[in-house]
Amino acid sequence: MLNVGKIEEGFVLDHIKAGEAMVLYHDLGLDKLDCCVALITNARSNKMGKKDIVKVECPVDMLDFDILGFIDHNITVNVIKDGEIVGKPKLELPKRITGVIECKNPRCISSIEQGIIHEFILTDEEKEIYRCKYCEERYSKKRR
Amino acid sequence: MRHLMSPLDFTTDELSVLMDLADDIIAHPEKYAHRCDGRILATLFYEPSTRTRLSFESAMLRLGGKVLGFATADSSSAAKGESVADTIRIVSGYADICAMRHPKEGAALVAMQKSLIPVINAGDGGHQHPTQTLTDMLTIRSLKGRLDNLTIGLCGDLKFGRTVHSLIKSLARYENVKFVLISPDELKIPSYIRDDVLRAQNIEFTEVAHIEDVIDSLDLLYMTRVQRERFFNEEDYVRLKDFYVLDKKKMELAPRDMLVLHPLPRVNEIAPEVDEDERAVYFKQGRYGVYIRMALILSLLFPEEYMKN
Repeated sequence: MLNVGKIEEGFVLDHIKAGEAMVLYHDLGLDKLDCCVALITNARSNKMGKKDIVKVECPVDMLDFDILGFIDHNITVNVIKDGEIVGKPKLELPKRITGVIECKNPRCISSIEQGIIHEFILTDEEKEIYRCKYCEERYSKKRR
Repeated sequence: MRHLMSPLDFTTDELSVLMDLADDIIAHPEKYAHRCDGRILATLFYEPSTRTRLSFESAMLRLGGKVLGFATADSSSAAKGESVADTIRIVSGYADICAMRHPKEGAALVAMQKSLIPVINAGDGGHQHPTQTLTDMLTIRSLKGRLDNLTIGLCGDLKFGRTVHSLIKSLARYENVKFVLISPDELKIPSYIRDDVLRAQNIEFTEVAHIEDVIDSLDLLYMTRVQRERFFNEEDYVRLKDFYVLDKKKMELAPRDMLVLHPLPRVNEIAPEVDEDERAVYFKQGRYGVYIRMALILSLLFPEEYMKN
């Protein structure tokens, strides 16, 4: 097993679907942070067979749990302070996603209106369906 | 401040109050002839529309108000690239209430977010056209006497037909309403209506391909046009546009009290020979459209007076 050292303050995101760590890295904006990030892909997992893990060394208020919940609310979040796990917040599907994903419907006003902030609303929690606030087009979470 | 984006913005109780007001306007037009003296309606129409725009203008003029606006995007600042948000900020200073038609879905919502005056969505692409739904509902209530216990046939373009989607969502809120969905395979109702509205609310519905098979069981037949502007592919449009034609022969199979509605304009889907049939109420429907828009303008301009239950 590959070893990555402990972090003093930050997050360990565990149980990420194998192969999704890079997507999450970009969607969470980790590529824009000036901090230490470790991506581990295809780690062995009893629960999942294979999984990805992301370790981020950063102040604990820097992570957007709404975006993380939207990407995959089954990810385990470990909040680390002084080298110890101090919390495991349960991720939930956010009711709204603002300014993160864009509506792909060419008939939507958001495709032409200047300065518009894209917003999606959770319309069916059970089926995890998000719809564009403007045109109500369903957002497909399958990005690849 | 209230706006109208979707027909579901109003509860069934509020709709009932709105339709009662429309009934009173029909019965006593003189009472309302000067109610909007000194008020201005802006009609911001970014795409051509004859009926809807004139219906709004007629409604405001019949209330004693005045109207300003534009009828195509070419004749507006949109041609210079102005955003909807900027246009409505300016128009908020010129008028007291606004009706907006735009080819893009959600445009009225963008306007509503920045507006200082009530905004009425007069159609946003293939998305919503709430005043058409209110018109349909007033027509049905006035001529059938009820909005519940109805078997409603919806025929034609059920895939892109926004009036059909809005009407289903609105009438699904009433007791014992059944839907008969008549369309070719390519223009069937989308799954978000079939699953998220009809199945989710346990509403009885059937899907068939031919009018003749079901027309004898209907209280209402709502015909729709296959709209060229909703297709990206001209070939598909040409192939499907004349799939249904309601003619005298088919009307002979229909119950004597079945009503035929159509949001208009029609192209070939209703033969002109049907116009003389007293069950064909699509021209009356246009008149009800003016009355419900009068009631709507009053309700949004003077909510404390007209929106009380």
